[in-house]
Amino acid sequence: MSSVSLKKDGLDEKGEPLSFYQLEEHHHPEGSSTMLGFWMYLMSDCLIFAVLFAAYGVLGSSYAGGPTPKEIFELPLVAVNTAMLLFSSITYGFAMLSMEEGRQRIMQMWLAFTGLFGLCFLSIEMYEFATLIHEGAGPTRSAFLSSFFTLVGTHGLHVTMGFIWLVTLMVQVQKHGLIAANKRRLMCLSMFWHFLDVIWIGVFTFVYLMGSLR
Amino acid sequence: MTDRHATPHDAHAEHAHDDHAHGHAHGHDDHGNDHASHGTRGSYLKGFFLSVLLTAVPFWAVMTGAFKDPSTAALVIMLFAVLQIIVHMIYFLHMNTKSENGWTMMALIFTIILVVITLSGSIWVMYHMNTNMMPMQAAVDM
Repeated sequence: MSSVSLKKDGLDEKGEPLSFYQLEEHHHPEGSSTMLGFWMYLMSDCLIFAVLFAAYGVLGSSYAGGPTPKEIFELPLVAVNTAMLLFSSITYGFAMLSMEEGRQRIMQMWLAFTGLFGLCFLSIEMYEFATLIHEGAGPTRSAFLSSFFTLVGTHGLHVTMGFIWLVTLMVQVQKHGLIAANKRRLMCLSMFWHFLDVIWIGVFTFVYLMGSLR
Repeated sequence: MTDRHATPHDAHAEHAHDDHAHGHAHGHDDHGNDHASHGTRGSYLKGFFLSVLLTAVPFWAVMTGAFKDPSTAALVIMLFAVLQIIVHMIYFLHMNTKSENGWTMMALIFTIILVVITLSGSIWVMYHMNTNMMPMQAAVDM
């Protein structure tokens, strides 16, 4: 404030008004910051999962006299589930390569495979949850099961959202083609999808495999 | 985040002598497509086979009980998980230190620090609290 009042008229040497910040907006091409912004979202999503992992880590051995992980987890089923997610990751990768080459129909085919594997993953997870609840190992049984259902369920909810997003984008591409905006969206979903696979690595390691060791 | 645009001349000092070249390079750097170097069919397949391997080994180890000592087994499968996460980051998410002028890597490092504090802190504190609360809990039960 004082430096301004020292200059009598608020003008610099050239007679231009003094400015202490950039007056003109820097030019940004449309969508130039989308990727970074989406990465920030993924990182904050990562923190949500970190908190759920921490809750599971703390409560994971509070069985309240109920079933233990060893008794209820079926590792072969989890292995199949993991394979589904891995396959969907590679097919999405191939879809991105086809997008780069501008081959829309082949890209749509790979996206359809990705959606199919995602749907398989969700079906298996739903079957697992239904079996657990049927056996009386529902989320209300013990703190271990509450935290288990919250963590794995949140991941499943993310995959469900990813699937809806995938179908939406396939329709968008069908209607408008591989325009820049659609490419950007497909790249965001790519990051989202691979990110969910990364979270799943944590889930099968910390929840299923380490639970079966106890 | 506006910070990274505030001093374009610092970031692109090599172009500062030529205003035209500078403007062009800056605009190009900012383009979102540069973030994802998409990789090739080969790199995707490499990442996929590495992931399959890094998934199959811990599942095999736990399902067959290859390790006699559970804590050794836990350490080994955690190591495999960390390796697989790194593989996914490099081959599928195309992480590197250069994309978006390094800001994605910065955000990742910051997140990893927060995750480590959250996880280790919660488990450490709650473990000690459980241990210390045990006699009182036993007294209530009596």
